[in-house]
This record gives sequence, C-alpha cells and structure tokens, in this order.
Amino acid sequence: MQINTLGYSIKQGAKNLRRNLLFSLASIGTIVACLFLFGIFYALVLNMEHEIKNIEDSLTISVFFDEGVGEEQIAHIGDEIKAMENVDTTTFISADAAWDTYIEDVFRGDTSYVDSVFGDDNPLANAASYEITLKNIGGQKDTVKLIEGIAGVRKVNSSDATAGGLTSLERLVSYVSLAVILILLFVSLFLISNTITIGISVRKEEIAIMKLIGAKDIFVRAPFLVEGVIIGLIGSIIPLGIIYFMYNAMTEYLMQRFEIVKNLMDFVSVGQVYKGMAPISILLGVGVGFFGSLITTHRHLRV
Amino acid sequence: MVLLDHVTMQYPTGTKALDNITLQINKGEFVFVVGSSGSGKTTLIKLLLKEIQPTQGEITVEDYQYSKMKRKEIPFLRRKIGVVFQNFRLLKDRTVFENVAFAQQVIEKPMRDIRRQVPATLTMVGLADKYKQFPKELSGGEQQRVALARAIVNEPDIILADEPTGNLDPKNSLEIMRLLEEINNRGTTVVVVTHNKDIVNLFQKRVVTLKKGRIVSDEEKGGYEDAD
Repeated sequence: MQINTLGYSIKQGAKNLRRNLLFSLASIGTIVACLFLFGIFYALVLNMEHEIKNIEDSLTISVFFDEGVGEEQIAHIGDEIKAMENVDTTTFISADAAWDTYIEDVFRGDTSYVDSVFGDDNPLANAASYEITLKNIGGQKDTVKLIEGIAGVRKVNSSDATAGGLTSLERLVSYVSLAVILILLFVSLFLISNTITIGISVRKEEIAIMKLIGAKDIFVRAPFLVEGVIIGLIGSIIPLGIIYFMYNAMTEYLMQRFEIVKNLMDFVSVGQVYKGMAPISILLGVGVGFFGSLITTHRHLRV
Repeated sequence: MVLLDHVTMQYPTGTKALDNITLQINKGEFVFVVGSSGSGKTTLIKLLLKEIQPTQGEITVEDYQYSKMKRKEIPFLRRKIGVVFQNFRLLKDRTVFENVAFAQQVIEKPMRDIRRQVPATLTMVGLADKYKQFPKELSGGEQQRVALARAIVNEPDIILADEPTGNLDPKNSLEIMRLLEEINNRGTTVVVVTHNKDIVNLFQKRVVTLKKGRIVSDEEKGGYEDAD
C-alpha cells in the first residue's frame, strides 16, 4: 500500500467515525467497560500474586526429627529435602539455636529467670529442625507429604489453610475475570461489527463506484479497518487513564483509612501494574477493533 | 477486443436475460447496443464488468478470459473498462476535481500523476474552469461530462456507456456523444447501450440490436429504425 493510499484510508476511517458518531461512541464505550474491568481484575490478581509471593517467602515449614537421630542422618534428611522440586531454601536450626530464639521471643532476652529454672539444660533438646521455604505455596500439601515420608522425620509443621485458601481465591478471581472479559469482548466485537456495517451502508454508493472503477479489496476495506482500530485504540486508552488515577487514589485511601490493610498488605506500584496491563489492554482493544472490522468487511465488501 | 461466445445468462428466478449470444467487438470500434426494456442490455453490461457470471458460454475482454479469472484479477480487468452511467453516479460530497481524481486514487496512482492528469482530462471534456464546483452546482450535461472524465482519466481500453444520454436534453446528449466519438477517434473502443433513436441514427455506427435476450441484428453503419 502506497503512502498516499494509507493517508486516504486514515482520513476516510476518521471520517467514518465522525459520520457514525453515536454508534462509534457505543462501541468505544463497550470496549472501555471491558478493558476497565480487565484492568481492575488485572490489578487485583497482580496484587494477590504479590501477596501470595510475600506469604510464600515468609511461610516456613518446620521439620522435626525422631529422638536419637544423629547429625549424619539429619544431614542426609536435609539433602533429601533440598533435592525436592518445590523446596526453595532449607535452613538448619539446631536445638540450641531453637532454645535461644525461644528465650528471645518469650522472655525478651532476659536469661536470669530461665537460668534459675533450667540451668544449663535445654528443654528443646529434641527440637532441632529444618526450616523450609517453598517455591510454590500451592504445592505445599504434596511437599509436606513427601517430607513426612523421609525416614527419621518425626513431625512436619505447616500452615496449610492460609496458603491453600489464598491460592484458591486467586484462581477463582482469575476464572471469573476471564469469563467476564470474554463476554464483554464478544459484545464489543458485535458492536464494532454493527458500527462498521452502518458505515458500509452509508458509503454504499461510493463503495459500488470504487469497485466498478477497479479498486482492490484492500483499498475498499482499509478505511473500515482503520475505523475499527481507532475505536479499539480510544477504547483502550480511556480505561488505562481512569485506572491510573483510580489505582493510586484507592491504594492510598485503603492504606490511610484501614490500619490493618497497611500492616497486612503491600500494594504493587501502579508502574508495575501498567508494565503488563498497558500493552495487553492496547493489544486487546486494537485487536477487537481490527478483527471486528475485518470480519464485517469480509462479509460485505467482496469485489 | 471484446468477445462473447455463446453466452447465456439465466437468473436464479428462471428469467433468461441473454440467450446464446455471440458478439465480437474489435479494438477501436464504436458500437451501439440497442433494444427495448428487458432485452438484456443491462445484463450485458453487468456481465462485461464481471458483476455476474454467465450461466453458459465464455467472455473474453483483452487478455482476460472470464471463466479462468481469479477473484483478485477482477479490479485489474475493471481498470481496462471505463464506465459511464445514465444517472452519472458522482459523489455528491466531492468537487469535480475530487470526483475525477477519485478514479485515480482507487487504483493508487501517485499524487503527482493525479495533479497532472485530472486537469488535462477536465480540459478535454470542457470543464477545466469548474473543477472546484460540486455536482449539484452543475447541469445534467456537465455532470455527465464529469462522469465521462472519471471514466477516461485512467485511459481504459474500452468505454462502456449505459444510457449516457438517458437523463439529458438533445443538445447535451449530442455533446456527450461527440465526446465519446472523440474518445473513440483516439483509439478507445466505445460501447454505448442506448434507446435514443435520434442519436443512433445520427452517428451511423455499428448497431447491435437485442430482443428478448437474443441478437436480432448486427449492422455496420446501421440505424435504430433499421434494426427495430
């Protein structure tokens, strides 16, 4: 396609948009609604993933050993655990270190009382353990089962409910958002197709003349494809702008208003959200506009 | 060259618009195709423009054998045929210049060619001074001259004129026919579908007469009355 043909197509595409302003606005509105919801779900899922990652990093599994298990066997158990696919880090906590941590946590480091009661004895003599962090919290249950099966392991402590719950919720949000977005994308496609059909009927005579004087398919179609792309582009930029301001305002409000949120949550920055969301939104908007128009022109504009 | 070889066109409704016609029009000829309403004239034009496919027979225009053509070749065939319609079919929201330039735009001619060829063509049809005007500001004869300019600006091999004088008074009809004759004198094949007896009789060109989808006469330097 030549430069002046491209210029012609863009000019005519913009003209079509103005001619069917009402329908164009309806199409843009639907894409805005669709991609706005997409943005919200995207930010939500991203934040949930971020939180799960934080929890995964902080959640540890403690592995305790049978009484009388020697250092050599403990090292062997450690090797077996490290070799597991889902295990991220493995830290050995000796009985003495466990007792010191306990004193620090419970008695705030005041050893006078502890010394008077226990002397040099270590009540946690059998509490040596491995503290393990996992790569994927969703696989915690299986990993625990594997560790429990290792000879010499007495007990494995984990917080199964928290991890499982968060992962299920994330999955649920992802599925619901995917379903809603797919339905809205379909509606957008339908509306764009209608807008383009009206544009074609308005320019029926011009198109008929174009065909009779030797216009190629692409020349006739190009203005409508441009129209679809413009609709998609505008429809994707508007929600990106809205979400940018809304996300910042919302996270700031939540942090200020609810102390618990401030303590529990660590929101992903708007920049991080945009890094993935902006290209996907624009691609979806432009894609829906382009394909909606392509399908319609294919149906109505065969030379 | 235009060749229709035993062409039959029957519409899905069962109407047989053309019935086994064979017609050859040589390069540079001027031919009137006459006939009453329903004789098959419009179908003939649609077939030549490849808007419809014949039920039987073969059509050849220049190097294009219609039955063997691919869909993507149709625009290139149509660029060899300039069409003029009875109702002009100009774009009302565009000026005279833009209407003629449109024919070059759609075949993706470079802008510098458009700027050169459109004024030259408008001069030829006598509308050089009206290039800024819109169709509604022109008389019927002038509008048909714009349509003619649009048809010839890309220098087609054939001009197909469908009742070009149908909406014009005798004076304007004559002017349009003189222009078509001038175009023909430059080597372009001209096919005029008409029922204007005066024009046909005045110009004394080849006349092909259609009746109920069949060619009932084909005469050199014929007349409408001769054929009817």
